[in-house]
Order: sequence, then structure tokens, then C-alpha cells
Amino acid sequence: MIFNEIYSAYYNAVAKIIAQIISGETDEKELNQIVCDYAFGESMLTVLPSLKNEKWQLVRADMTTPIKHKPTMPLTLIQKQWLKAISLDPRIKLFGINFDNLNDVEPLFTQDDYVIYDKYGDGDPFEDEGYIERFKIILSALKEKQPIKIKTVNRKGNIISMTVMPRRLEYSEKDDKFRLISSGCRYGGTVNLARIVSCEKCYGGSFTPKNPTATVKKSVTLRIRDDRNALERCLLHFAHFEKRAERVDNKHYLVHIKYDKYDETEMVIRILSFGPLVEVIEPNDFRNLIIERLQRQKSCELK
Amino acid sequence: MSSYSELIKNFEKIRSYMREFYVYGFKSREEYDKKSARSYDDERRRIESWLGDHMSFVRTPEGKNVFISIDSRISGHNPFYKALKSKSFTDGDITLHFILFDILHSPDVVLSLPDILKEIDEYLSGFESPMMFDESTVRKKLKEYIEQGIITSEKVGRKMMYRRAEDTRLPNITDILNFYSEVAPCGVIGSFLLDKEDGKTDYFSFKHHYITSAMDSGVLAMLFCAMREKRIVTVSNTSRKADEPRKARIIPLRIFISVQNGRQYLLAYQPEFNVIKSFRIDYLSNVKIEEPTPRFDELRAELDKMQSKMWGVTAKKNRYGEGRMEHVDFTVKIGNSEEHIVRRLEREKRVGQVKKIDDHTYRFTADVYDTSEMIPWIRTFICRITELNFSNRTVENQFKRDIEKMYRMYGIAEVEK
Repeated sequence: MIFNEIYSAYYNAVAKIIAQIISGETDEKELNQIVCDYAFGESMLTVLPSLKNEKWQLVRADMTTPIKHKPTMPLTLIQKQWLKAISLDPRIKLFGINFDNLNDVEPLFTQDDYVIYDKYGDGDPFEDEGYIERFKIILSALKEKQPIKIKTVNRKGNIISMTVMPRRLEYSEKDDKFRLISSGCRYGGTVNLARIVSCEKCYGGSFTPKNPTATVKKSVTLRIRDDRNALERCLLHFAHFEKRAERVDNKHYLVHIKYDKYDETEMVIRILSFGPLVEVIEPNDFRNLIIERLQRQKSCELK
Repeated sequence: MSSYSELIKNFEKIRSYMREFYVYGFKSREEYDKKSARSYDDERRRIESWLGDHMSFVRTPEGKNVFISIDSRISGHNPFYKALKSKSFTDGDITLHFILFDILHSPDVVLSLPDILKEIDEYLSGFESPMMFDESTVRKKLKEYIEQGIITSEKVGRKMMYRRAEDTRLPNITDILNFYSEVAPCGVIGSFLLDKEDGKTDYFSFKHHYITSAMDSGVLAMLFCAMREKRIVTVSNTSRKADEPRKARIIPLRIFISVQNGRQYLLAYQPEFNVIKSFRIDYLSNVKIEEPTPRFDELRAELDKMQSKMWGVTAKKNRYGEGRMEHVDFTVKIGNSEEHIVRRLEREKRVGQVKKIDDHTYRFTADVYDTSEMIPWIRTFICRITELNFSNRTVENQFKRDIEKMYRMYGIAEVEK
């Protein structure tokens, strides 16, 4: 159904190669570059040689092709069904696209067929007109590389104005929120989209975009005791970070995780959620953050 | 002896290797070599070829360990989708594919099988040793493409005529594909569509982004199809407790996706035991769609009712349909300027209520099927839990013992006199 050669990297690469040959371009270096761009690390050993030696009879020895049209393929049924399914998602309104052409297609899934059961309950208002409008302005500014002037509400309820250069829109599935990652203003950096109350592009101003500040990476080493399936739970839980695991003995494992300094409190909480099955080994300052919480817990005198 | 190829016929084997390298990554070659010494080398080489920079190696006394390390916040597009673009094919498959779609280059071109065969021969006539495609091979390929929805057929008189399916005119959906290929179920389909787009400038990145679900896309798509058609399925289920996969005949009801632990579950009714229970999707394989069931709507409505009593994926009911509920409440203290803790309780609770006791004390209360599922969440409030009450005393005692263990682990336990 999904694992099919018509979606394969090789078919994509061959389609591009044929298109290139049809347009009169037969330079082997360029054709190999297509293979590098569209297929895998070792595909160069297979794709062009298979075409050149007529194993795949699509390119003749003189580098001409019997194919007359630039290769195309209609959308498959499952592709249409998937598009139909996402057209039913509430977030689709952010993109302002109409999927009327899929009216007679059954969706692959509906909102009734799946649930994200542990996302937070205060996600962004994806169907709010103002939010949609601001999202569109930011996305458009990103494409045009235009600075934007935004007004946000801070935690104390005060309005703050700033001009920033948008870098990207970051979406968190857990928070169900978009954040604007920007540069150029000391208050900027990362701003929750839902906190932005107004937004406009700045044309012709004297705004000089600065390079985005690099995120500060920190690392933490955890020792996992593999009881109650802790090893699998922990490694899967932290799978989205850059990490490395090693075995100490049959029961204990070390895992080294790199994380953004900005997310340190969240990391502390996430590690605490594993209880005594995961221990912070180093660095000491991170270990002390756990100890400090445990000491405060101790003072709560939970019986 | 067959030679090595980057492409694979069966996804199942590589599915488990990729998960091992990505999730665990501490096993040495010898630990994988249960069946074939060559198999490990081939699978490792393939994955390296697909994922390149993301593969790393570390030398240990046990040997060289291979692991995949990806910061999914930076990677933009799910690198594991590449594995799903590695299906093998024959020389005839690829040749026929491009020639067929060139012959049927527009929906206006309508041809019979003999006409198509004649044209194919013309296409191949310029080659030194032209391939020969017989009628049954081409008919089989056309049938395959009809099932995929990319070729249509119609009978004109006694002749079957073939044409390319109509193109679906869509506006520019690159942004939509960039976004939904990462966040929607079966996002790899969006990635297939993106492969056809030129200039994939991407303005999105993703935080807390679990990418292993890519490997389960095929299973998930089958389950969605079964649910849409309200059908029974048979699956092979690999349990942690059993060596061999077990066959299960179940009615799939809903997919439960976690964005906090990276797992996906199927909640399904198992007639054999008269229960609605959860199945890890990464443990499922060989999904076969069977006959329709008249019980689908009734069972899904029952799951709807159950969901208000589920913290996670446990729908605990016995074989007589009786649900056993467990109660939990816990109290937390909130300091001055710590209103964010109250907001955390409100936004992170999935069921239950938060009640203000006084300016500095809040209580969370819930009745669910399985309170043990809430333990990891409750632990995130360590440093402020003042009261805790579980109707399941075993769970409560375990929680309290665990906290004592943590005090000892970090050297802050009372020294016993």
C-alpha cells in the first residue's frame, strides 16, 4: 500500500534524469548529481550504470531516450485520501487552501479515527480569524525575508512591541502551539504565536537583520536501571534528542543527551517523571537541580 | 548468492533494525547475529546508505556499536521516510513504468492492451537487446496501477481500454506538505508528494517531535483503511513477554498517539476475550483486512464513553464488560508567583478536576481505569506534593517507596540511627 516502488527514491531519480535528457542535458556529472540529490548514498553505483548498460531500457547508449514527455504520474488513491484527511484538520485553515477537487474522495482517516491523547489542553486557537491572519503574515514574511513588527502580550499582561526578522515557525506537537523563532530584537528570539496580538510586515525600513543567536547546547548523563521496562520507556521518551546510549551491565545503562539550555526546567521535570529508575549522573549542576527539588519535596512531609 | 542492494523487498526486517539502532544503539554486531551474520552487515550498510550523517559508531570492549542519533528539532524532515522509499523492483518494472506513463501521457489517450503492447515494442526497438513484455505481464502491471488509482479502465464493446487517471488539480500546497508530512498520521505520504515538488524551501521546524512512527506507516494506513470500511483485521502481535508473534483477530476502533513518549497504540476490540484493549503499533505486523463487522459503531461508541476514564491507553474492563475504577487525588502547594503551576495542572490534566483549596494549595482529583498510568505525571510535581491518596494502595505505596529511593539515590535520605 505505502511501501511501493512507485514512491521510491530510484523512480524519482530516474524521472528527473529522463526529464533532464529530454531537455537536452546529458552531462554525466549532472545526471549523477541528480542521483545524489534524489536517491541514497550508494545509488550512484546502480542508477546511472543500470540506465547506461540498458538494464533499465529507458536511456539508449547514445544518451537519448525513447521517452517523449517529461515523466509525470497522477496522484495515487492513497495520496488523495491522505490529502483529503488533512483537509479535515482544524489547522488547515492556517494555509487558506481549498481542497474542492477532492470532494469525491474518501479520507484516509478522520478526526474520529485517532486521538493525540497526551497533548496539552491549551493549544493555539487555530480557527481564530485573527490568529490565522497573523500566521499568514508571518509565513509570508518568512518567504520574503521581510522583518515584521509585532506586538505581544507578556505574562504580566503588558503589551510589548518589537521588530524582528522571522527565521522559522516551530510547532510543538506536545504543546499544540506554534512559536515564532526570530532574531534582531533582545526581547524576541522565541515568541508564542498565540501571544502575538498584532503583526505587520516592515517594508523599506532601516532594520538590519542580525544573525540568529545560536542555541546553547548542554548535555546530561543519565543512569537507567532497567526495571519496569524503564530502558525502553526512557530511550523512546528521549528519542527526539541527539543522544547516545551505552550498557554498563545487564541491568544498568548510561544515556548521554544533548538539549537546549532554554529547556532545562522541562528536562528536569521529564527526568523526574521516571522516578528512581533514572538517575542524573552528571553534570553536577543538573544533578543539584534534582536534589533541590527532592529536598523541597522532603520538606512537604508527604506521609 | 545474491549481491547486495540498497533496496529491499520486505520492510519488516529493516523496521526492527532501524528501531534498534535509533532507540537503543548500544548493541554490538554479535547481538544481532541470531539468524545470519551477513544479514546484519547488509542491513547496517543499507541504513547507512539511507541515513548517512545520522549514523554513528562507537567502539566498546564488546565490539563496534552502531547507533542513529537525530535531533529532530533540527532535521526538518523525518529522515526515516527514506526507508519507505527503498522498495526493490525488477528491471522490467521500472522500464515498463516509465514507458506506460509515456504512452498514456494524457487522460485523452485511450488504448487497448494490444495497442499498448505494440507501442511498448516500438519504444524498445532502439535498444541492443530489447526487453520482451508479454501480454500477461503488462495486464498485471496495469491492474496494479488501477488499484493504485493512477490508471483507469473501461470496457468499450468487448475491448478493455486503458487511460491515465485524471490529474488532480491542486493549488500550491508545498507549505501544507512541509507541515503535515511531519505532524499528520502517515506523514510519509506527504513526503512522497513533496518528492515531486521542486524547490522544497521549508519554513517549519518541530519540537518534541517523535519520528519513529514513520516506520509504522504501512501498518497504520492498513488500520485506517479497516476502520473506514468497518472491518475486522488479523495481525501479528509481538509481545515483550513472548518470543514469537501471536496472531490476533481484532476490530480496530481508534489510534491513540502519544506526543510525550513517542508511542502509538491501536485500541481494538478482541472478540476472543470480549475486551477493548490497546496494542502497540510498533509491535504489530502482517495486517490483513478481513470481512466487515456490524459491531463497529457500537464498539466505537463504547470506547468514546471509556475515554473520559482513561489517562493513557488502558481501558480496563473484564470479560463481562464491567469496568473497575480507581480514584486518585493529590495536593500541591503553590508559592507566591507560582501561578504557572496551576496553569500546568489545568493544561496537562487529561481527565479529572483541579480545585483551589486556598491561595497556596490546589488539589487534583480523578477517577480512571488505571491510576498507575498517572504516576509519571504526578512525579513531575515532586517538590510540592503535600498529600496523596490512591484507592489502589499498591500504586500509592510504590509511589511513596520510589520517592524514598530517590532520596537515598541522591544522598538526602535520613540517616538511620
